[in-house]
Amino acid sequence: MNHASLARPGGMRSRQSLILSKRASRTQRLAALAGELVLLLITCSSVLAVLFIFYFIAADAIPFFHSRGFREFFTSTQWYPSAQQPAFGSLAMFFGSFLVTSGAALVAVPLGVFAAVCLSDILPFALRQVVKPVIEILAAIPSVAFGFFALVIFAPVLQQSGGPLLALGGWLVGVPVGLLLLVAADQWIGRMLGQARRPTVRLLLVGLLAAGLAGALWLLHQRLYHMQISSGANALNVSVILGIMALPTVVSVSEDALQAVGRELREGSYALGATRAETLLKVVLPAASSGIAAAVILGVMRAIGETMVVWMASGNAAQIPSPWYNLLEPVRTLTATIAGDMGEADHVTGSARYHVLFAMALCLLVISFALNMVSELAVRRARRKLRGE
Amino acid sequence: MTFTGRRLFDRIFSGLAISSIVLLTVALVVFLAPIAVRGTRAFVFRGTVEWRELMLQKFGRGDRAALEVEQRLVQAARQPIYALLDQFQNEELPRLKPKQRREFKESLDELQKALEELLGPRPGAPSKPVWRDQYGQTRWDRAELKAQHVLFKEVYDYSDPTRMGQKKLVPRDEDFRGTPLEPLFSYIREHLVEMLRPQWTVYWRFLFDESYDAHFFGGIWPEVLGTVYLTVGAMLFAIPMGVIAAIYLVEYARDGWKVGVLRTFINTLAGVPSIVFGLFGLALFINTLHVSRSKSVLAGSLTLALLVLPMVIRAAEEAIRAVPRTYKEAALSLGASKWRTVLTVILPAALPGILTGIVISMGRAAGETAPIIFTAAVSVGRPLDLWQVFSEGSPALPWNIYNLATEHEAVDEIRHVQFGMVLTLVALVLLLNVAAIVMRARISKKLRG
Repeated sequence: MNHASLARPGGMRSRQSLILSKRASRTQRLAALAGELVLLLITCSSVLAVLFIFYFIAADAIPFFHSRGFREFFTSTQWYPSAQQPAFGSLAMFFGSFLVTSGAALVAVPLGVFAAVCLSDILPFALRQVVKPVIEILAAIPSVAFGFFALVIFAPVLQQSGGPLLALGGWLVGVPVGLLLLVAADQWIGRMLGQARRPTVRLLLVGLLAAGLAGALWLLHQRLYHMQISSGANALNVSVILGIMALPTVVSVSEDALQAVGRELREGSYALGATRAETLLKVVLPAASSGIAAAVILGVMRAIGETMVVWMASGNAAQIPSPWYNLLEPVRTLTATIAGDMGEADHVTGSARYHVLFAMALCLLVISFALNMVSELAVRRARRKLRGE
Repeated sequence: MTFTGRRLFDRIFSGLAISSIVLLTVALVVFLAPIAVRGTRAFVFRGTVEWRELMLQKFGRGDRAALEVEQRLVQAARQPIYALLDQFQNEELPRLKPKQRREFKESLDELQKALEELLGPRPGAPSKPVWRDQYGQTRWDRAELKAQHVLFKEVYDYSDPTRMGQKKLVPRDEDFRGTPLEPLFSYIREHLVEMLRPQWTVYWRFLFDESYDAHFFGGIWPEVLGTVYLTVGAMLFAIPMGVIAAIYLVEYARDGWKVGVLRTFINTLAGVPSIVFGLFGLALFINTLHVSRSKSVLAGSLTLALLVLPMVIRAAEEAIRAVPRTYKEAALSLGASKWRTVLTVILPAALPGILTGIVISMGRAAGETAPIIFTAAVSVGRPLDLWQVFSEGSPALPWNIYNLATEHEAVDEIRHVQFGMVLTLVALVLLLNVAAIVMRARISKKLRG
């Protein structure tokens, strides 16, 4: 601070002034406060956006419920929006969204959690640096590109050689599950025979079990291999693609959760003589369970809200498959219905046909809001748990 | 529990975990490989003489003299076909009985149509209004397919009622056995190359040409430009809002219920399904605020901006948090005001990190389809001028990929355009992401010193 500014007693214009007259400091404080207020207001724009989204979607959804009530929308599967006597039963769409999302979760959750475990605890640092960009690239690929892949490449393959593909999938699922089962059974048998110590009997039993499992897998293979898929655009196709799309979310969030567990717990477990698998399964994963739950929820949210893939490749048939878990039949989801029907409903703004789509959007919004809240609670619980320990 | 058992279990567990990563990588490769390979064919392919003719006549590109020489050769190669056809029509047909003539007529019409699709209209025929009728097959892969249509006809066999109709290929020359037209088919089979003269062609202007005749010809410039407008527009809104919000959250807000609420809302915004953003954009920006009369790039950009806002906020927040505390403390101890510290010390230090986040968000905005369906995207359009973005919708890569792959009149004929578009979009997004990854690696190296 030089003498010139010291010589000026007012010091209002000079920011470097050390002499703070009462007026100057008050103005500065006011300016700072005003600045902070402006910042707060801009920050609040995202709050405003959320409120606006709820308001505008609800405002266009309520007229539908007002005129047609809740019962038909939630319980009927009759969807004839453009008929003389229009019917707006959306149960099939709700079910389609549910089916496709569950399928995606079946793909994404085991694969994602295993991949996260691998990234955080198994791979060496250098390899991790290579694998992480792979996941980031997977996360970056636009959904319409996945939809295009599902429709133009995956669907024809599924239709032509669906049986062999299903069989391959059966092996991919069956072998790991079988191996784990076998090891668990081996432990159990060991404990049962523990006192007797008869290794031959134990070996025999485990060998029998292994043969049985292999036989079961082979039967499954035979069954799947000769299956015919009548249309490649079906719930299975979409589930697999959605699962792959949800993977990066599941992987990165669960990896964060696993990392947050910290070294001490792991080292404690190793010090007690546990193997890596035991450490992970009995110490790290339970400690990170809330965070992993949050990861699963976020992945599921991604699958529920996804539009392009399901619109392009799910077959868009407003029906509940028979039997209900049949993934090989075409389905139709809420998001695809909104995207597909808006084009026709657009011109007659104000009709029930237009408002029913907003009603669906409101349901989607409420579902994702609820899931979001649950995941946030899970994250908070995880943080509290780790801090408490 | 034996030791070997435990070790075996450990091994199996690790193996499963590693195989999940392998599976993930395989999935990425299985996805990217066909798109890269088939997408490249939009840019590099074997163009026939019809392609060079089209380029010269419609775009003024290419060597006129060379083309004329080539055309003479091609016409000479095609001449026997037309001669055979004329002979059959003028000499053979009048000799037949009316009933036979009618039978032949149908087959002949089919044949002539297939031939015209392959080779284009006969020289001297009246010109047609649509581009695709004016030329034969411009791409050799398509030409080979069309040649199959000339040589064979598709017949569906419904003899087995328990199965769907089976497609069968029946040689067309069976229809004309014993007539002067019979040698035509073997001639086509043997002289296809001379009739079309395929050559490897690089069509880099696929990116910069307008599309003509419903994407049968030309490139994808309107879509690329529309995507650029939408993305840049979205970032223009999202960056200032996002960065300011991040500054507030990190530097000004004290941890309390206020921040908790703000964060919850930001997370909620991040979790809103993209199609709901689309409906919201339609309801707010177009139906209520009337930023434009119908779809416009502006409305689409605003919608996309809201979509990427949480991403920008989170990225900027993280970058600002990563600035060492000492920087801030040093600035404050020198007597700088808080505001000044933020502007001149913290933001510059956090800038690379913020940029990384912005680049990733740009990729997201460029690839989103659902929010622009109702607010900005049109199926066919010319490239927009800058001032038109306030009032007019534009084609955009994501929307037109959907549109061409599902709603186009001849989906199978323009696969190369679809794959070219997907490749362009994926390459654009991946380039942005790779740039971000490289940038981040540099930053972390710098921070580590």
